[in-house]
Amino acid sequence: MANPKSKYSIFSLVRNALSYHEGWEAQWRSPDPKSAYDVVIIGGGGHGLATAYYLAKEHGITNVAVLEKGWLGGGNTGRNTTIVRSNYLWDESAAIYDHAVNLWENLSQELNYNVMFSPRGLLHLAHNVHDMQEIQRRGNSNFMNGIDAEMLTPGQCQQLVPFMNLGCRYPVMGGVLQRRGGTARHDAVAWGYARAADALGVDIIQKCEVTGFDIENGVVRGVQTTRGNIGAGKVGVVTAGHSGVTAEMAGFRLPIESFPLQAFVSEPMKPVIDVVVMSNTVHAYISQSDKGELVIGGSGDPYISYSQRGCFDQVEHVVGPVIELYPIFSRVRMMRQWGGITDVTIDRSPVITKTPVENMMFNVGWGTGGFKATPGSGHVFAASLAKGEMHDIAAPFAMDRFHTGALIDEAAAAAVAH
Amino acid sequence: MLTIKCPWCGDRDLTEFAAGGEGHIARPLEPATQSDAEWGDYIYTRKNTKGIHYERWMHAQGCRRWFNAVRDTVSDEFLAFYKTGEPAPKVEGDGS
Repeated sequence: MANPKSKYSIFSLVRNALSYHEGWEAQWRSPDPKSAYDVVIIGGGGHGLATAYYLAKEHGITNVAVLEKGWLGGGNTGRNTTIVRSNYLWDESAAIYDHAVNLWENLSQELNYNVMFSPRGLLHLAHNVHDMQEIQRRGNSNFMNGIDAEMLTPGQCQQLVPFMNLGCRYPVMGGVLQRRGGTARHDAVAWGYARAADALGVDIIQKCEVTGFDIENGVVRGVQTTRGNIGAGKVGVVTAGHSGVTAEMAGFRLPIESFPLQAFVSEPMKPVIDVVVMSNTVHAYISQSDKGELVIGGSGDPYISYSQRGCFDQVEHVVGPVIELYPIFSRVRMMRQWGGITDVTIDRSPVITKTPVENMMFNVGWGTGGFKATPGSGHVFAASLAKGEMHDIAAPFAMDRFHTGALIDEAAAAAVAH
Repeated sequence: MLTIKCPWCGDRDLTEFAAGGEGHIARPLEPATQSDAEWGDYIYTRKNTKGIHYERWMHAQGCRRWFNAVRDTVSDEFLAFYKTGEPAPKVEGDGS
């Protein structure tokens, strides 16, 4: 059943201002779970909500529930550094991430929700000869796939970020710029998809943890949750951080390990840096949010953990290179630090796949770079769930690649996505 | 978990060590008879335990020897250290 929403616009803003903003309707309902649904999505982050939205919007399947064990976007959707880009090396990755960027560009209009997508440009720095060869190879590969890539000299990098210390310990030798890359507001992505999906009739059920599956003769019949058993025609698992645990409930194993990835946010300050700058060699990623905070990320922690805070010495490994590259930030104070649990596969590519259980599909293992893929991932996963066959873009990410050896090896060959 | 007790060197700072992932994985004794799926699982699939985890570490900036440790992956607390080849100690809370 559809639940139409009033349209957000300048007029609705003015109208609600007149009543002191007390008249805004709830963005989505909080229904009790029904006894059964056509499709049950497990995981109410960006990917899960996007999947539900596209199922309802493009495939007319509206008898859908999204089950979230905490609150919407409270997992990795709210714990990343909000970077959007698609300049991946391999054709398979380029296809899915660029599909996402294409959707990002009209997402605010599509959802009638300001996701604050800001294609401000994304610069990858090169610090040695190997880096230069890598970004040239990747830039050429991007061209072949129709993705924009611009090679920059150190001087051009400096024009983008005037206070960058080119002659630092690992000097800046060049860079590659994707102008269509940038950032988006992570919470708004979850909320926008939730509101739009709810309007189309999707039930979003929070504080509902899945504790097991009802599987008969290899076919999934439903899920067991902390709010009772729910029947399901099909189940789409879109969890992050605990995907291995979910797979074990269904009786199979996934080649995924969970590592914390830390991020840092500084105190707010005046606009100082208007591009996203990534440096894979020294592992320092930086951008500035609309609130003025510097958003800083680094490499993942070296050992598996579910602690959601990360290991202590990693703080220095991240902050050190940032200060070396940008000495003016040396006295900026950090306001928050946190760790997100990233489900990492051996080839740093996601697992979007059918499973040994009939009518159950997984879309997991997005590792350190899932946020940017949110719309594309949801879009192709919804199509796969609706048809029962993997979408062309999703097909190469099937779990049998770990047995056939047909890996999509982004870890060794290209920028390890962060 | 800021210190690790190397079975040979004693208590040292965490930063001296390199993590080696899940421990006690035996290489298949008869490689020729393994299927692709079995090889794939041996190479790529790990337990990824949420809780008590038996794992390998190396004292990279010390004696450079490998050893095993038991750690709770939720709290990051180390529960035991033992040399390679020694049987895994039973620790409290281990359900396996």
